[in-house]
Amino acid sequence: MPRKLMKGNHAAVYGAILAGCQAYYGYPITPASEIAEAASLLFPKFGRTFLQAESEVAAINMVYGAAGCGLRVLTGSSGPGISLKMEGISYCAGSALPCVIVDIMRGGPGLGNIGPEQGDYNQVLKGGGHGNYKVIVLAPNSAQEMCDLTMLAFELADKYRNPVFVLTDGVIGQMMEAVELPEPVTELPDKSEWAVYGTADSRHLINSIYLDHDDLERWNRELMKKYEIIQKNEVRVEEYRIDDAEIVTIGYGSSSRVLRSAVDIARERGIKLGMLRPITLFPFPVDEIAELADRGLTGILTVEMSDGQLVDDVNLALRGKMISDLYNRMGGNVPTALEIVENVSELYGV
Amino acid sequence: MNENRKYPFSEIDPDICKGCGLCVASCPKGVLVISDKLNSKGFHFSEYVGEGCIGCGNCFYTCPEPSAVTVYLRNYVPEEVS
Amino acid sequence: MAQKTILRKPRGFIDVYKHKPGAEKDRTHYCPGCGHGILHKLIAEALEDFDIVDKTIVISPVGCSVFAYYYFHTGNLQVPHGRAPAVATSVSRANPDSVVISYQGDGDLAAIGGNNILQAANRGENMVVFFVNNAIYGMTGGQMAPTTLEGQITTTTPYGRNVKTDGYPIQVCEIINQLTAPVYVVRTSLHDMPNIRKTRAAVRKAISNARDKKGFSFVEVLSMCPSGWKMDSVPAQEWIKENMIPRFPLETFRDDSEDTPAIERPVPVMDPDEVKRILEYSALSDSNLEKNPDAAFEKVAVRIAGFGGQGIMSAGIALANVGMEYGYNVSWLPSYGPEMRGGTANCSVKIQSDTVGASECTEPNMVIAMNQPSLEKFEKILVPGGALIYNSTLIDIEPTRTDVEVYPIPITGIADELGNTRVQSMVSVGAFAAVTEMFDPGEIENLMTSLFKGKSDKVMKLNEKAVRKGYEYVKENFS
Ligand SMILES: Cc1ncc(C[n+]2csc(CCOP(=O)(O)OP(=O)(O)O)c2C)c(N)n1
Ligand code: SF4
Ligand code: SF4
Ligand code: SF4
Repeated sequence: MPRKLMKGNHAAVYGAILAGCQAYYGYPITPASEIAEAASLLFPKFGRTFLQAESEVAAINMVYGAAGCGLRVLTGSSGPGISLKMEGISYCAGSALPCVIVDIMRGGPGLGNIGPEQGDYNQVLKGGGHGNYKVIVLAPNSAQEMCDLTMLAFELADKYRNPVFVLTDGVIGQMMEAVELPEPVTELPDKSEWAVYGTADSRHLINSIYLDHDDLERWNRELMKKYEIIQKNEVRVEEYRIDDAEIVTIGYGSSSRVLRSAVDIARERGIKLGMLRPITLFPFPVDEIAELADRGLTGILTVEMSDGQLVDDVNLALRGKMISDLYNRMGGNVPTALEIVENVSELYGV
Repeated sequence: MNENRKYPFSEIDPDICKGCGLCVASCPKGVLVISDKLNSKGFHFSEYVGEGCIGCGNCFYTCPEPSAVTVYLRNYVPEEVS
Repeated sequence: MAQKTILRKPRGFIDVYKHKPGAEKDRTHYCPGCGHGILHKLIAEALEDFDIVDKTIVISPVGCSVFAYYYFHTGNLQVPHGRAPAVATSVSRANPDSVVISYQGDGDLAAIGGNNILQAANRGENMVVFFVNNAIYGMTGGQMAPTTLEGQITTTTPYGRNVKTDGYPIQVCEIINQLTAPVYVVRTSLHDMPNIRKTRAAVRKAISNARDKKGFSFVEVLSMCPSGWKMDSVPAQEWIKENMIPRFPLETFRDDSEDTPAIERPVPVMDPDEVKRILEYSALSDSNLEKNPDAAFEKVAVRIAGFGGQGIMSAGIALANVGMEYGYNVSWLPSYGPEMRGGTANCSVKIQSDTVGASECTEPNMVIAMNQPSLEKFEKILVPGGALIYNSTLIDIEPTRTDVEVYPIPITGIADELGNTRVQSMVSVGAFAAVTEMFDPGEIENLMTSLFKGKSDKVMKLNEKAVRKGYEYVKENFS
């Protein structure tokens, strides 16, 4: 299979092009800038649109416009820029516009730093923008997945007419790995039912206003129903040496890469450690995690690069049958495999 | 529409009119007036007095309601209005 | 004789306002005497007269005209406060043959959306902007707008606008006219019939510009807000004349539409075969060179470190590329960020047959140190029994570790002898290959052809020589 060594950020752009993405609108920010740079290099080669917007606010609104015109459209950013995009993302969700947003998380709050972190978890998953909505969130942990999950993101966005996030951290964005480039999509979905093309047949309305309270509540319920279907159909996880595990660690993104190493080291030391990695953060693998509570495990350890954001969702999924412990690093620090193994030994006396 | 009316003339939908009076102020012939009567929305609507309209179109262009005013003209050629 | 009906509701409007909730689907939501309605009518009439209703897309951001989509028989997008020019940008790029209208109020355009309008104008996007200047926030009940006049009383300037604290009313046309790209910039008014007719002419000019793809047209319209101003409609027109026009002079600031060529946008390439051709799929690596079955190292986690300019990152990438060519799983992670500015750079490379876990080499089994600070910093984290390669051309201290294999190699020196310091990274690749024996050296020529695909023979030969020199140095001195 033909492979190319590339950064995760670049792989996302390849994935977008292969998925038939026709427009990129973005504003530079470390550690996501390579996405804009790669798009500026590649998109014009295909006669597709690259535009460096004046701000993230403008960028997400350009995404809104392009999506409203039925295009597959991408934007990429990191923490501070994602904060600025939130109003627009809420509009996209409210108007049922498919679009893909890549967030290469960096250290926060405020300007924080540009090191890898996972502190945008809550802002991306728990609304961030205003109102009753959810976004689908995919969490790649390799350059290959940056490509593959970006392609999937476009599929899911169109399938559910909903914004989709590709959420990862600076490590996955900056890291280079060999990527097998998949085949380009051959057919794009038909959006003529609702998209605006500037023709007599496409005199549609893209809108999120429902002045009548009952109308809006009806729309809210429709969205809820959609999110339930997504929850039912789209959960994706990776399990690593989990079948005979006595202790299970849970993490996504670059911490899950470290967890894989930690599991191997622990196993060498005779500790039966396993890993469960959510690939989709919404839909969250609620059943998969709930099921862990029935296994008689010694412990569940959530490892994240944020202040206990992921562990909240793990504990919700565990429904009080067990309580997950937390091991976290922040500020741009990535936990090391040894650190995690030692923490496991200490916590669980193994 | 009353076919016996004298062209040109202006017709104002009394129910759509919001009674702002802009058309009255804009009519060079002073042939529009605000009625004493109220319409169903409680506005004193504007009325054509029935005579004297020269078809200048002022009332149409100054009226903010898309369908409140219609002006009927004999042998209309668009250029005349622009 | 058949009479022609003239001057009726233009066909640019929807017949029955189906998107409008409630019973009154035959009239607008605008207050009596509101300027928005007049401008709407002029636009709808032009769209009909130019026969472009079908291909028009109206963008309505927040403000009293947020419901413009109730009325225009066009494609419609309702958008966030101030962002219409950004949305109109991508809508116009997506549908280059359409006529895109951004319809904005003064709060929307000149306050919250101030930058968006400037940037869209500066890009010369093919769109028409209708800017309704009514010197107030109408929708939210009459607060101060950026265009509110000095001394004007609004609900948030109860003592009158104080220019010392609230600034001066912004003259937007004058600002837009500072930019190079716009083709048409004009300010008109709705305060009397002659000016409504001038506005009509401006509307038609601007819309025909968009139809002809001439670029960015900007029409500012001084407009009555009887409710916000707490006035009747006719006195409101008088108020514009008396108070607004002195601050906002009516003028055609620019009209370059005649001399401006039509904008052309490319047609996107979507054909999968064409996509693969442009992405150079045929040039992708699938070489799978022979691994050395008796390698000294089964997997390598290497830290490469040195000065910023020493090609540290590219040496790491070269190693990862080599690993990939030999069919290994590889990862490369740079230290990025402020650390880079300090003058030292380092990267982590992993090369192994099984799946790579953590990509940062926190416990490397090899360190390649290209300068002294790097040696001091990274020898500490090397695992016992690991390999420490250092650049003896630039480092004249001895490593402190005794539990590791040490390979002093004059990497810079060897590269200099070859006549190009930049091939240092390839010298280290050669040394790496010799130490790890992960790669079959017989494959080196094939490796070079796939690593330097498309490069000149000279470049390829030089790099090959560098790899060989690094390889041989290790074999000759440390076997
Ligand atoms: C982000 C955001 N901030 C504030 C508002 C509230 N808001 C709605 S309309 C408006 C002012 C609109 O004034 P203008 O653009 O002058 O239009 P007009 O109503 O006068 O036609 C404001 C502040 C909003 N909808 N969104
Ligand atoms: S068309 Fe002119 S003259 Fe006739 S009623 Fe209207 S404003 Fe008056
Ligand atoms: S301008 Fe229109 S709404 Fe106002 S009074 Fe005349 S007809 Fe009525
Ligand atoms: S508040 Fe002012 S701008 Fe808004 S509809 Fe009423 S008159 Fe028009």
